[in-house]
Amino acid sequence: MKIAVCVKHVPDATVHKRIDPTTKRLDRSGESALNPTDLNAVEEALRVKEAQGGEVVLVSLGPAKAADSLRKALAMGADRAVLVSDEGAAGSDLLGTSRVLAAVLEREAADLVLFGQASSDGDGAVLWAAVADRLRQPVISQVAALTFEGDEVHGKRQTEHGYDTISVPLPGVVAVSDAINEPRYPSLKGIMSAKTKPQETLSLAEIGLAPEAAGDASARTTVLDLGPPPSRGDQIKIEDDGTAAQKIVDLILEKRLL
Amino acid sequence: MKALVFLEHHEGQLEKGGLGVLSKAASLGDAAGVVLGPGAAELAARAGAYGAPKAYACDDEALAAALPQPRVDALEALVEMTRADAVLFAASVLASDVAAGLAARLEAGLNWDLTDFELRGDELVGKRQALGDTVLVDVGWTGSPRLGLVRAGAFDPVESGGSAEVEAFESPFSGFSSLSALIGQSVEATSGPSIEDADIIVAGGRGLGSPEAFSLLEELAAALGGAVAATRAVVDAGWYPYSTQVGQTGKTVSPKLYIACGISGAIQHKVGMQGAGTIIAINKDPNAPIFDFCDVGVVGDLHQIVPKLTELVRAARS
Repeated sequence: MKIAVCVKHVPDATVHKRIDPTTKRLDRSGESALNPTDLNAVEEALRVKEAQGGEVVLVSLGPAKAADSLRKALAMGADRAVLVSDEGAAGSDLLGTSRVLAAVLEREAADLVLFGQASSDGDGAVLWAAVADRLRQPVISQVAALTFEGDEVHGKRQTEHGYDTISVPLPGVVAVSDAINEPRYPSLKGIMSAKTKPQETLSLAEIGLAPEAAGDASARTTVLDLGPPPSRGDQIKIEDDGTAAQKIVDLILEKRLL
Repeated sequence: MKALVFLEHHEGQLEKGGLGVLSKAASLGDAAGVVLGPGAAELAARAGAYGAPKAYACDDEALAAALPQPRVDALEALVEMTRADAVLFAASVLASDVAAGLAARLEAGLNWDLTDFELRGDELVGKRQALGDTVLVDVGWTGSPRLGLVRAGAFDPVESGGSAEVEAFESPFSGFSSLSALIGQSVEATSGPSIEDADIIVAGGRGLGSPEAFSLLEELAAALGGAVAATRAVVDAGWYPYSTQVGQTGKTVSPKLYIACGISGAIQHKVGMQGAGTIIAINKDPNAPIFDFCDVGVVGDLHQIVPKLTELVRAARS
């Protein structure tokens, strides 16, 4: 079983994220990390590999320093990583990003492509469906449990109405939810061996894409203007020193909410 | 603007989300509803009551299960047939995958998480809160059609009466679109007071630490005369029933008081409860995103605070 896991390098959770007012793009200059819910996809891939054998390949589009995030997933146990890094890909929207990932995934010809639940910076939670359409493969998203039945996978997904179980023949694309597993921490041995695992960095040309296939030139969405969000009004902050409960009750009574 | 609005349906009813988007789109210009699946024609006629003079229906059996890929095929065919220059969706698990698949198929721009949209001349402009709702972004499209996913609950349906003229259409289906199959469904039975009707909700997330800690919330809710709700993370972990889930894939609630205990405030949860009158958040992590959109933020240990709160509320009520 060859499994490709699509992962993203995002600003670290502790960084105050901002959009650069001139480029109208996310400021990616600060500390970065692997997108937290992508760890669940990596973990699921490793579990499948441990059960059935095979290879786990990480696939990413991002700046050169995304290689650091990929190394962390290699330390968890993934076998190798392919990073597409190209100035020309900056400013890609869903169309450009899905085109780049699909181009790499076509080269890799994996049996199963996994995605995490959502990126912590873009919040789109839709990329897999665009990639699956480009690959002309079946897709299931929001999968909270994944099982293998012959050459099919069965995914249990949560929807607004309950749980659906969906069967997908391989090759196929599955986006997992963060409820599917608890990602492991890399072992010391894993961290050491990650340094020597194959990490490829490719340009757009090297994956067979023209410059206008990705980046700003390919985007069909634009950011017109930025502003402050609507406010909820004044906020009260309480550090609990043993009296927080009393303060909450006073407030509830004052607002006549009881 | 000549817009198509995707109307999702479940158990013979059109979903409120799609009807809200349709009402809004119809107030701006030419908007038609689209209903897909067996029984579509009858449901499509109801779109007229929300301002759409016209609705399209494809009742092919290939669209029976709520799976995204055959819907991409059908919408591709319909966009070609109608020359629509916008396709709008109310976000859901299904609609998000349909919209993104359609974007790739048509090489069309998709903006998501829209909380509002308007026309400036003939330009469609979407409003989107990004980066955990810390910035309000005006987004646009280049090229046509323009695809948009609207945040759950952004618009209420506005009922004006009337019936839409329904046009049935047929669609080809691509081989790979029909490979997925729905092979099972489960819905948990509802128990306890309904969170949709409650004036006061006490909600718990992963910060509770264990399923047992929900008993603390149940006691507080009982003292307040409210109901207990949960986040997707703890529902998926089996700590609390699905019927109590608030958020994008759960219920949207708007109680007078919402007490969030051990909830970090992921955007998926926020969209289900941001309409609450007063939001009190108790969390030991001072950096939890929920502190950015609550009215009262308490940094502390809920296991200490909640039992005390229950006692004090009981005392205040007696």
